[in-house]
Amino acid sequence: MAVSEHRLLLKNVDQPGYETDIDCYVKHGGYEMLKKAYTMKPEEICSEVMDSGVRGRGGAGFPAGLKWKFLDRKSGKPIYLICNADESEPGTFKDRQVIYKDPHQLIEGMMITAFAIQAKLAFIYIRGEMFGGARILEKAIEEARSQNLLGDHILGSDYSCDLIVHRGAGSYICGEETGLIESIEGKRPYPRIKPPFFPAVLGLYQCPTIVNNVETLCNVKHIVEMTGKEYAKLGKPNNTGTRIWSVSGHVQKPGYYEFECGALTYGELIYDVCGGLKPGRKLLALIPGGSSSKVLRAGERFKGKLKDGTAFDWALEDIPLDFDGPMAAGSMSGSGAVIILDDSVDIVEVLANINAFYAHESCGQCTPCREGSLWLKKVTTRMCAGNAREEDAELIESIAKQIDGRTICAHGEATAWPAMSFIHKFRDEFKDKAIKQAANLDKKPEDFIHLV
Amino acid sequence: MDLTKTVQLEEFFLSTNTIDKIDKLVPRYPDTRSVALPLCHLVQEEKGYISKAAIEWIASRLEIEPIQVYEIVTFYPMLREKPIGKKHIKICRTLSCALNGSQEVCSTFQKELKCGLNQTSEDGEFTVEFVECIASCGTAPVIQIDDKLHQSVTLDVAKKMASELKQNVLQ
Repeated sequence: MAVSEHRLLLKNVDQPGYETDIDCYVKHGGYEMLKKAYTMKPEEICSEVMDSGVRGRGGAGFPAGLKWKFLDRKSGKPIYLICNADESEPGTFKDRQVIYKDPHQLIEGMMITAFAIQAKLAFIYIRGEMFGGARILEKAIEEARSQNLLGDHILGSDYSCDLIVHRGAGSYICGEETGLIESIEGKRPYPRIKPPFFPAVLGLYQCPTIVNNVETLCNVKHIVEMTGKEYAKLGKPNNTGTRIWSVSGHVQKPGYYEFECGALTYGELIYDVCGGLKPGRKLLALIPGGSSSKVLRAGERFKGKLKDGTAFDWALEDIPLDFDGPMAAGSMSGSGAVIILDDSVDIVEVLANINAFYAHESCGQCTPCREGSLWLKKVTTRMCAGNAREEDAELIESIAKQIDGRTICAHGEATAWPAMSFIHKFRDEFKDKAIKQAANLDKKPEDFIHLV
Repeated sequence: MDLTKTVQLEEFFLSTNTIDKIDKLVPRYPDTRSVALPLCHLVQEEKGYISKAAIEWIASRLEIEPIQVYEIVTFYPMLREKPIGKKHIKICRTLSCALNGSQEVCSTFQKELKCGLNQTSEDGEFTVEFVECIASCGTAPVIQIDDKLHQSVTLDVAKKMASELKQNVLQ
């Protein structure tokens, strides 16, 4: 393997004999950083996180330090901290590894963060399907409470903060931070409009609230350990630290891999790390950051200039595995979920599968998303059922354009972008579907794996 | 459910274990309405579903309106108003699982356990549901039986699991 993993968050995960109990965690140096943090001033921790340049690992990649800076500390209202553990973006399974295998790392990261922002109460919003994960976290919280690492007068200080595990109930939109907040308030998780409802100012119970992803909060522990400046040396400027990539689809060795940002390319990830494609198969496309990110086609050339002015000319395989690489190539790294598609798939079925997901998960609040997502699903499902029409590519594009930018939250874009990019990159395949079906040439072999 | 009418509801009881959990949970939250979703989970775990009487009970316990409980019961895919089969088999439908054959896996469970899609078998033993991504895409296809995740459930594994589920009913 050309590039080896750099396991920072996953250091202990999957190590023989490593258990989820607090004794094992403490034996491996656990909660030392919490103790260190309590010798610091809260604002010192905040500036370390700022110096680290760590960007949010949930999908948007917003700098965590900046998010904390927006916190309204003068309102006099209580401050809340929420960990977004509603891991639901199709293709993503990284937070699961920490929750199930190293829960105390998350709790330590959270209690440092809670102290840094002086939160009154903290929540872990975990997706409802992770029954076991919620039980593991609850047990870990009670262990930490019994050692005075959370709860009242933490480590003998004046600071108190409880931590509650709040379970979702199978709804993707709860991963959107304002939808998540509505869900904790006991309502339907309809996302709120920004402005004015930026959580850092008007969040949970209309109070200042910080919502961070599991991976982001775990990084806080390592930032305290290394100092922000040292952490920033990991990875590349503007793409600091390590990231856990979830790889799924048509590769020999799917799984989760942690690397320094930009340490390798998508090509190296597929061929060196994940053992390449299945025998006899060719790369068709890849989805670089969860199913809502725009698809990238094999054989494309990506040209342009990076933010720092350097010109690039990449094949799909040359795109750096970080935040800015996929962005420069017209897509995004999102939640770090890489889905690989080989030439055995019917690309129309891939989009039909994705469309069905977003139609199911639209909360129904905004008309363009509620109606549009359903139409996208209907059109692509009809195409796969043998009733494709030549004008379908234009129809899909037109529906998607009417969703993009017209909704309260980013679910609109999550629905529209895959559709727009699949048509943009595979227009001929979508157009040919109708012609092939008319000529009875769209028959699939017996062992064909259908996606709808 | 018609919430405009006052309906005579059957009496609703929860086990002392569940009541105990509820009594510990409510004071931890700054606002009682926030506990509606956790309470729905606790009720569903004990009763298997959330009845009209349960909705009334939760609302009264939290001093909120029944409609405030009802609106979340009808929104979240995991909450249900009707009982389901004794074993709940959920197969992931989304892309990475589909690429690894989850369509076939789902039809296998349906056929073997005699369930329509998202339906319960006539004998009330099984419910087979096709669900969206359950966040274990690296070990696709994945399924969940009740609260337990099963990974790499290929067609052969699915057939074996279905026949074991049927065997367990016979015993």
